[in-house]
Amino acid sequence: MMPNAKPQSAAAVDHEATAVTVQKAPVAVVAVDRREFVRFPHLYRVLHACMIVSFLTLAVTGLSLKFSYTPWAAGFSRLLGGFETAGYVHRFAAIVMFGTFTAHVIGLFKQKRHNQTTWKSILFGPNTLLPTKRDGQEFVATIKWFVGMGPRPQYGRWTYWEKFDYFAVFWGIVVIGSTGLALWFPVFFTRFLPGPFINVATIVHSDEALLATGFIFTVHFFNTHLRPEKFPMDTTIFTGHMPLAELKRDKPREYAALLAAGELEQHLEEPQPAIVVKTIRVFAWIALSIGFSVVVWILYAMIFAYR
Amino acid sequence: MFASVARRASGSRLLTHVEKTESRIVEVSLTPVCKNSAAACCFAGSPRPRRRYVGGKLALWATLFLLSVSFVTPCSATGPTSDDCLACHSDKSLTTKRGGRTVSLFVDQKKFAGSIHGSLQCTNCHADLDGKDLPHSTPLAKVNCGSCHGDESQLYAKSLHGRAVARGDSLAPRCVTCHGNHDILPVKDPRSSVAAMKVPFVCGQCHREGTPVQMNRNIAQHDILENYTESIHGEGLLKKGLIVAANCASCHTAHSILPHTDPNSSINRRNIAATCTKCHANIELVHRKIIRGELWEKQANALPACVDCHQPHKVRNVFYSQGMADADCMRCHANANLKSADGRPMLVRVSEVAGSRHMKVACSQCHSEVNASRVRPCETITHPVDCSSCHAEVGQQYQLSTHGQMHAKGDTNAPSCKDCHGTHHVLGKHAPESLTFPTNVPDLCAKCHREGHKAALVYTGVEHQIIPRYTESIHGKGLLKSGLTVTATCTSCHTAHRELPASDPESTVNPRNLPSTCGNCHHGIEEQFVQSVHSAAVTKTDKPLPVCNDCHTAHSIRRTDQDGFKLDIMTTCGRCHGEIAKTYFDTYHGKVSKLGYTKTAKCYDCHGAHDIQKVTDPRSHLSRANVVATCQKCHSDATRRFAGYLTHATHHDPKKFPFLYYTFWGMTALLIGTFTVGGVHTLLWLPRALQMRRELRAAEALEAQAEKNSGPTDSDAKDEYDA
Repeated sequence: MMPNAKPQSAAAVDHEATAVTVQKAPVAVVAVDRREFVRFPHLYRVLHACMIVSFLTLAVTGLSLKFSYTPWAAGFSRLLGGFETAGYVHRFAAIVMFGTFTAHVIGLFKQKRHNQTTWKSILFGPNTLLPTKRDGQEFVATIKWFVGMGPRPQYGRWTYWEKFDYFAVFWGIVVIGSTGLALWFPVFFTRFLPGPFINVATIVHSDEALLATGFIFTVHFFNTHLRPEKFPMDTTIFTGHMPLAELKRDKPREYAALLAAGELEQHLEEPQPAIVVKTIRVFAWIALSIGFSVVVWILYAMIFAYR
Repeated sequence: MFASVARRASGSRLLTHVEKTESRIVEVSLTPVCKNSAAACCFAGSPRPRRRYVGGKLALWATLFLLSVSFVTPCSATGPTSDDCLACHSDKSLTTKRGGRTVSLFVDQKKFAGSIHGSLQCTNCHADLDGKDLPHSTPLAKVNCGSCHGDESQLYAKSLHGRAVARGDSLAPRCVTCHGNHDILPVKDPRSSVAAMKVPFVCGQCHREGTPVQMNRNIAQHDILENYTESIHGEGLLKKGLIVAANCASCHTAHSILPHTDPNSSINRRNIAATCTKCHANIELVHRKIIRGELWEKQANALPACVDCHQPHKVRNVFYSQGMADADCMRCHANANLKSADGRPMLVRVSEVAGSRHMKVACSQCHSEVNASRVRPCETITHPVDCSSCHAEVGQQYQLSTHGQMHAKGDTNAPSCKDCHGTHHVLGKHAPESLTFPTNVPDLCAKCHREGHKAALVYTGVEHQIIPRYTESIHGKGLLKSGLTVTATCTSCHTAHRELPASDPESTVNPRNLPSTCGNCHHGIEEQFVQSVHSAAVTKTDKPLPVCNDCHTAHSIRRTDQDGFKLDIMTTCGRCHGEIAKTYFDTYHGKVSKLGYTKTAKCYDCHGAHDIQKVTDPRSHLSRANVVATCQKCHSDATRRFAGYLTHATHHDPKKFPFLYYTFWGMTALLIGTFTVGGVHTLLWLPRALQMRRELRAAEALEAQAEKNSGPTDSDAKDEYDA
């Protein structure tokens, strides 16, 4: 999800053919090598964790108000110390998320400076997070693969669904954040906007939040964690590490590019200590559980308890 | 009778002239003139100017006059004239001995002349002197007033007094005892000895404590004059000078005085009502329970007589404490073993009655069918006690109530007076031990209205668990926990005696009357309410308008400043304002309320509670002039534009709120679109992902096998997959 904006000096080339041939040499060399591919730098691991915490907090506190007509909502609200406390927590989490967003943007600038690259190469290079023509082709190819009409596409560093997730958050933060501010400071906003704008803001805020939570806790969770080949979870975003085999399998094009550029070595690190991985798994499990619970709650509220 | 009066009147006019004329003659001649033929008498009575010129013409006149008068005047033909009598009897020192006592024989000529009999001759009354020469022999016969006053005399003769005289009772009064002799004045004359004001004293001469009559004759009453003087009648007559107030003669009659045991007596039980109603006309209107119309007069024996309650001579402007003596009743009813025919204990504890509200009420005032003339006075009782004989108004209310109606139909479940008030130990509602003391009322009503008890069993309305709900209500807590006796209890709303179901338009708890019922205590609220849009006085509609209990409930009324009431108010308002309440819950205020918190605005915070007006009404809290201030109650920095926030916005109404409607559906479309794409993508992926997983597992197994065979070398097998 987070862009690894490390400069890729080699142009994006289709290494599919050569990958098979060249991959054997280094692997053979590092046959006992336990090192893993570093997909996410520390900042993004931390930011994703912050996102998880703030997003779950926002979801639970916000949805308890949205679905106030369900019995669970009142329970949550009590658990959180009442609607006012829930409100404070919600707004605090919002600040954390704004902070995460800001940190990410600042991180982009820092990365650019650190890697002494240009915006052009970041935005339009082979590892860009912006949608490209290739993403469209890969999407079509993927659908074909799904229906058995073609092979699995050779995905690069960022698949189209990862890009979608990334921009969904971007969009979400802008939309939910701005309307949230209007609800936070209604008197200020109604100085220059009509009163019913607050009503509109309420609808947008709440429905967009529903979209965000619903999407993250189902599609994102599946795409990233629940896919059978990764089941029950993919810890890459937490550890930052990806087994090399997985890189080869999931991101063959990136792997090939790295190999071709001979840069793979600099992206390899020893695995995280077992305790760290364990801790991460516990954290991730909690987050996943909350997410799934929220999905159940939403489904219940939308389908069974809706007035 | 009329004729005789006319005769007497014309005679007296004539005789007045005679007397005047003749006294002049007496003065002049100082000799007894005119041995008094009627002619001379009448001649002398002719007009004065003519008297001096006696001539033939005059003689003719006189003769004619004489003839005319002689037919109408019973003037004795002979005997001494009054002047003749006064010749001696005007002497103040004229006395005689009678029965060993010296009696004055002086006749005050002036007083006699001023008396009603002043025009009569002495011999008209002292008839035994008629035609006799003077000086006459003594003693004279007793004057017979009956010769003129025949009716009175007859009545007197039959009366207690008359009969006493007849049997020679020396203490018995004669005419003269009351009326005097030569100075008798008309009854209407205030100076008369029998003028209304003086009657008590005339009678009191004998009938007061210490007199021979009172001491020696069998007279049951005591302190008659004293009691009378202090009675309402005596007070009226003597203190207030109301000569229409009853005096002795008003009840006992003037001449026909008889003992009350005499059936003809005006004060006999049979007659006393008629006697009293001579003045107290229509008194049955205030005693209707006792007397049931004419029964009062027709069957006085079946009813208490006036004097059973209003004791003779002591008649007060108060309730009466004694009729038939309670002691008579207690002769039997003090017996603890006394049982009625159907086995009910008939013991009456004096202490119970003595400590009760009816401590001054006699048994027979309630058990009114007693007949004092029976050995067992109560054997004539056929009906239970009817409290309404005194408590008429309350009784009437009771009869209108559901309780009373059921009772009238003979429903044994229906409570009568005694079920709530008790019997002999009736206490006022202000006595804390009383069954009807405010804090005891809920328990009292609960005897029947508690769930499972007789009233609750037949009740078909919607109110259930009335007693426990009331107990937990603000009224119940105020009354029973805080002991505030002013707190509303059952009777405060349902009334004590006129309970009616709420469906009855006359009921105090009928929606029509409820505001004023609650307003008895919550007056300020009522004032606001009656001007509000919910008041029937303001809004004319066929739909039912809410009244107090629609929001506050009937029996489980809660404190309005506590969460329970605050949170339920939206549902309450929503019972009528369903749509608008629903939309309230779509906004922040409503959602927070739904979570169970009361801090956000609820219906009444914006619309007002009892002073709700249409929002178009300038008085409304939400009118253009007031809305900002209303918002500022919570949002202290609210502005007019802020107040434009739609607190009842709904995104389901494209006409009213198109921007909300389209925003909502836009968002929903986005939502559905995204989820559809994401969902389909995921579902399509699933089989492939499963396939990948299987292959991966197979590769792993292969690798593990290879590793087992050749030791840990490489992961070629696995890598093969990626190729």
